[in-house]
Amino acid sequence: MCRTDRVPTAGILWLALVVIMFVARSIAADHKDLIHDVSYDFHGRRMATCSSDQSVKVWDRSENGEWHCTASWKTHSGSVWRVTWAHPEFGQVLASCSFDRTAAVWEEIVGESNDKQRGLSHWIKRTTLVDSRTSVTDVKFAPKHMGLMLTTCSADGVVRIYEAPDVMNLSQWSLQHEISCKLSCSCISWNPSSSRAHPPMFAVGSDDSNVTYGGKVQIYEYNENTRKYAKAETLMTVTDAVHDIAFAPNLGRSFHVLAIATKDVRIFKLVPMRSDRKESTSTGPTKLEVQIVAQFDNHNSQVWRVSWNITSTLLASSGDDGCVRLWKANYMDNWKCTGILKGDGSPLTSSSGQPTAMSTIVGSSVQTSQNALNGMSAGR
Amino acid sequence: MEELDVEPAITNIPAASDGKHLGFAWGPGDILAYETLYMAPGCSFIHEVRKDEDIYSPILRKLFNESHHIFVGLQTIREDLPSKNKKTQFVSISKNYRSVIRACMEELQQVLQKWPRNMEIRYVSILLAIELIWNLCEVLFIDAAPAGPLLLHLLDWVRLHKGDVDEKAREVLQSESPAEHHDYWDVPGGTQTLTEFDVKWRHWHEEVDRCLQDNSFASNQHLEIICKILVGDEDTLLEHKELLSTWYHFLVTRLLFCHPTVKPTELHYYAQSCMTMFLDLRSVPEPLDSILLAAFEFDIHQVIKDCSIALNNWWFVAHLTDLLDHCKLLQSHNLHFGSNLREFLLLEYASGLFTHHSLWQLAVDYFDNCPEFGHVYLELQIERVPLDTERKALKVLRICEQRQMSEQVRSICKIMAMRALRNNRLGSALSWSIRAKDAAFATLISERFLQDYCARGTFSDLDLIDNLGPAMLLSDRLTFLVKYREFHKLYEENRFSEAAKLLLSLITAKIAPRSFWMTLLTDALPLLEQKEVSHSAHCPYLLLYHLTCLVYGFIVFCYGSSCKVDQLLTSLIKESVCRFAGLGPEGLGTPKV
Repeated sequence: MCRTDRVPTAGILWLALVVIMFVARSIAADHKDLIHDVSYDFHGRRMATCSSDQSVKVWDRSENGEWHCTASWKTHSGSVWRVTWAHPEFGQVLASCSFDRTAAVWEEIVGESNDKQRGLSHWIKRTTLVDSRTSVTDVKFAPKHMGLMLTTCSADGVVRIYEAPDVMNLSQWSLQHEISCKLSCSCISWNPSSSRAHPPMFAVGSDDSNVTYGGKVQIYEYNENTRKYAKAETLMTVTDAVHDIAFAPNLGRSFHVLAIATKDVRIFKLVPMRSDRKESTSTGPTKLEVQIVAQFDNHNSQVWRVSWNITSTLLASSGDDGCVRLWKANYMDNWKCTGILKGDGSPLTSSSGQPTAMSTIVGSSVQTSQNALNGMSAGR
Repeated sequence: MEELDVEPAITNIPAASDGKHLGFAWGPGDILAYETLYMAPGCSFIHEVRKDEDIYSPILRKLFNESHHIFVGLQTIREDLPSKNKKTQFVSISKNYRSVIRACMEELQQVLQKWPRNMEIRYVSILLAIELIWNLCEVLFIDAAPAGPLLLHLLDWVRLHKGDVDEKAREVLQSESPAEHHDYWDVPGGTQTLTEFDVKWRHWHEEVDRCLQDNSFASNQHLEIICKILVGDEDTLLEHKELLSTWYHFLVTRLLFCHPTVKPTELHYYAQSCMTMFLDLRSVPEPLDSILLAAFEFDIHQVIKDCSIALNNWWFVAHLTDLLDHCKLLQSHNLHFGSNLREFLLLEYASGLFTHHSLWQLAVDYFDNCPEFGHVYLELQIERVPLDTERKALKVLRICEQRQMSEQVRSICKIMAMRALRNNRLGSALSWSIRAKDAAFATLISERFLQDYCARGTFSDLDLIDNLGPAMLLSDRLTFLVKYREFHKLYEENRFSEAAKLLLSLITAKIAPRSFWMTLLTDALPLLEQKEVSHSAHCPYLLLYHLTCLVYGFIVFCYGSSCKVDQLLTSLIKESVCRFAGLGPEGLGTPKV
C-alpha cells in the first residue's frame, strides 16, 4: 500500500503513464560465475560488469547499438561485489571492491594501434586500498565537484573516504576520513547535489539483521568548521537489513530524497531545518526532518537494489521475487508501480530483440478503436 | 472523480527463470541493462530492456520535428493581443498541428502499402485517434463555437473522420429528396439569425412529421425511411447502424435532424444518451469513447488524463495541454514539484526526446519554455549527451553557452580536453582547456608541449600556438610557451634584435619554468654573436647582465645560497657590467632572479 504525504486537491487524481518496455538485445556476458554488478559509464556508451569469477569486463557500445567486450581481466582474489565509473572529467577510470578485503582503482591506457583495430583496450591498476579488515561491500565515487574522491564501506562497519589530490596521478590516494558506523555496512550513496546550500552528504546502509538495533540507515554530513563528517541522522524506522540505498538527483529542491532497499521499498524525504545558530559557530550537522514518502511491499520479499533514473522521475527496484519494478510519481506526487520486468523461465532463442508481445490495456483498446474508426462492424 | 486503477505492464525477459534475482542499471534515457543470476558457468546473460520509444520511428520523426516548430511559434504569441485575435491564431495553430498529424498518417499509409507487415502499423490507429480527439477539442474548446455554428463544426468533424462510409450515407440520404436537402443546407450564421433559422427549421420539421403521420409516403417505403431519418427518428436511425459506424456519428446525425441549434452546454446530455443507445451490446465503453464523452462534457482535465493513459504517448497530451493552457482553459494546480500540469507533461515529453541522437536538440526548446524546472532538467540531461565527435560537442557547448550554463560548459570542455590528452593530441587538449578556462590543465598541457620541444627540438600544433591571442594569458606556463615559440620564430626569420628583446623579457618576467633556464641560456648565446644584436646600444649588455643573473640564480638553486654571498655577487655583477657599459648602477634596474 503506498502512502503519500500530500493531500490531493479536489478534482484531479492523476495517474502516471504506464511504462511499456521490451527486450531490445541480449548479450552473452561470458562471466564464469554470478554477475554481481553492472554499471553504465556517464554517457551510457560503456558498461562494466563484475563477477564472482574475480574479473571485471568492460563493454563498448558501437553506433549500431551492439555491445563488444573490449577488456576482461582478473581484478581481485575474491568475488568482486561492485564496480563503478569515475566522472569522465577524470578520464577513463574504474573502481572495484571485493570479498578479498580490498578496493582497487583502474585506468584505461590508450593502446597500440593494432589493439585499437582489434577493438581492445588495456586497463592497469593504479592503486589497491588495503585498509579494510573485512570484505569491502560497496565502492562509490563522490560527486565530482568534491574532486576525485572514492568511498568504500566494509562488513566491519567502517566507511573510508580517499582522495587523489593530483588527478593526473592516480597512484596517489590518501585516506582522508575513517568513519565507524558500528554496524556492518552494505551500501553507500552520495547526495549528488552540488548546491552550495547543501554540504557534502552521504548515506550508509547496514545489512545487520538484528532487529533490536534500530536505525539501519545513517546519514553523514561534512562540516566546514571541524573538517569532519558527523552523523546528521539515523533512520530509526528502518530496522530490517538494508541492501541498497540511493539518493535521488536533486533538481533544485530544498530537500533530499532517499530510496532504500530493505524488506520493502521505501522512499524518504529529508528536509533540512534552518538552525538559529549562525553558520560560523555551527559545529554540528544540519538538523534533518525525516518523512516517509512511500512504502511498497509489492516484491513481497527482500529488496536487493534500488536506483533512480537521471531525472529522478523513475525509481527501479529488484527483489527476491525475481522481478524488477518501476515506480513513478504522478504530477500530484502519488507513487505507483508502472512496470514490471519478470523472468519468464524461457530460454533465449534469438540474440537480438524485436518489440514482441506486450500485453497491456493500451494495445488492445487502441486496436478496437481503430476498428471503430474504420467502420468495421465486428462485435457491434 | 473516480480514479481508474491501471495495472502495471509486465515485460517478460527470456532466459531468466522464475525465482532468480534480476539486477539492473539505469542507462541514459531509461534504458535498463540488467543481469540474471545464473548458476551454470559461462552462460550468464545481460538483457538490454528499453522503453517502447516512438522516437525510434522514422515516420514519427517528422511529426516531432514539425510540431516542435509549431510549438516554438505558439510560445511567442504576445500576451497583450486582443482575445479575438488570439483565438483566431490559436485555432490556426490547432489546425497546423492537425495537418501535421494527417501528413504523418498519409505517409504512414503509403509506407504500409509497400510494406504491409511493417511494425509502424501500430501507429495508424494511434494517429487516427489522436486526430479525432484533437479535432473535437479544437471545435469544443478552442474554437468554442456557439449554438448554430457548433453543429456545423461537428458535422465537419464527423465527416472528416468518416471518409467513404459517409460518402455512401450521404448518397442514400441525398438521392431521393433533393429539394428538402437544398433548403436544409442553407445554414444559419450566413444570412439569418439563429432564431430565424430555428423557426424555419421547426416549421419544416413539423411538416415532415405531419406527412409521416398522414402516411403520405406510405407508397414509397424508401422515401418514408428517409423522412423518418430526416426527423431524427431514433429507431430508424438505429436500424441503419451500419451506415453510422460510431455512436458519435449517430449523435451528430441525431442532432442534425432533431436539435440543430443545440447549445454547447446541452451536448453532454445528448452524447451520453446516444452512446448508451448505440452501444447497447457493450457494457463498458472503450477508452476512446470515454475520452470523447469527456470532451462533450467539457471536462478538459479528464480528457487529458484519459488520453495519457490510453495512448501511452506524451506527444499528444503535451502539445494539446500546452495549447489549451495558452487559451487559458486549464486551471493551474500549483505543486511543489512539476509546477503545473502543462509543465509536467512538457518535461516528460522532452525528457523522452533526449535519448535520441538528433531529436535531443528539439527538447532544448521545450525545456526553455518550462519556467519552473526546465532549466534544471536541461542541466541534468544535456551533460549526458554522448560527445561522440568534436562537432557534436561544439553543438552541445553552444546550447550551454547561450543559456549561461557555465558549469556544464566547463565540464564538457574538460571531458574533451582529458580525452584529447589521453590520446596525445596536445593541440586539441590545449584548445579545450582554454575554452574550459581551466588554468591548471592549461599549465599541464603547456608543460607537455615544452617537454616535447626539449625531446624533439620542434614544436607541434604551431597554428594553434601562434594564434592564441589573449587566451595565452590563462596561465603563466601557457604565456611562456607562446612567447617562447615567438622567440624561435623571430630567430628563424633572422630578426635577431627583436628576438633578443623578447628573450630578455622572458627571462626577466620570471615565467620560465626552472627546467627551462638552461635552454634559455643556450638560446641566448648564439644571439650574442649576431652582429645586429651586439651592435645595438645597450641590448647586449643588458642581455649579458640578465643572463649572468640567471646563471647565478641557477647556481643558487642547485647549491643553495647565503645572504652574504648573495649580496656580494649581486654588487659585483652590477659594478662590472655598469663599468663595461658606461652606465650608472640605476640604469640596470634590479636584477630579477
